[in-house]
Amino acid sequence: MIINHPLLGPRDAQEFTYLGDAALIERPDGQAEDAARQFYEYLYLRDNPAGKHRELWFHEQGDRSWLVVTRDTLTHEITKVELARDVARARGRGK
Amino acid sequence: MHDLIAITPLGSDVARQDRVGALTLTEVPDWALASVAARPGQEDACHAALTAFLGATLPGPGHAVAGGAFGAFWTGPEQWMIEASYTGHQDLAGEVKAVVGKNASVTDQGDGWCRFDLVGEGLNAVLERLCNLDLSRMGSGSASRTAIEHMGCFVVFRSAGASVSVIGGRSAAGSLHHAILTAMRAVP
Repeated sequence: MIINHPLLGPRDAQEFTYLGDAALIERPDGQAEDAARQFYEYLYLRDNPAGKHRELWFHEQGDRSWLVVTRDTLTHEITKVELARDVARARGRGK
Repeated sequence: MHDLIAITPLGSDVARQDRVGALTLTEVPDWALASVAARPGQEDACHAALTAFLGATLPGPGHAVAGGAFGAFWTGPEQWMIEASYTGHQDLAGEVKAVVGKNASVTDQGDGWCRFDLVGEGLNAVLERLCNLDLSRMGSGSASRTAIEHMGCFVVFRSAGASVSVIGGRSAAGSLHHAILTAMRAVP
């Protein structure tokens, strides 16, 4: 499998490690009223789609950037690769 | 001050050099290294300071530049390694910090890394046995981190197909040297 890194071009998947669902970026507010409930859902309740899945990959043997990779779990076809930094910033995070 | 004996990453008092066919592998101990990471919101000021310091444009993703006394290669978003000869630049990190000030974080990396220069015609045949970089895309002035025998290494293409630096963890210098030398001998 080859991941088309947004900065470095196509790189072998061997250089990356996998974390999981890209929803992990959306860490809940620990000070919220229902923080326990939100963290329970954040930690344990994940979608397991057969098809397109947005997931976090880490370029460990490369530039060490986190990527949000859109991959089809049935075919392993990768349709989109973004820097997780850009995804988070687009949602107003990490000023 | 203690009377310490300086040794090379391979543990000798002279730099190791090996020749196999047309290829030469040289340990490079006279080399200083410092990492720079621009602080959030200070990127532009950091770029300007480093560009003036290097006397060359700061390299973008996957690239390296050689200025006058200093060189630099890109290691990650808003992160670079600065190189110089150790002679005359023992405190390279201090020199860089004096230039970037509060716009970037600087760390001396000299003791953490070792550098082997592989020079000669046909070195791509060695590299393709060692790592999975796409060598057809790596022109002169390319630099990339990759895995060599499970070790995270930087490969800096000083002159594509003729001269590269392989930079790996100093504590694994012996393993890295063995890996490169084995690959050199494996080339028919």
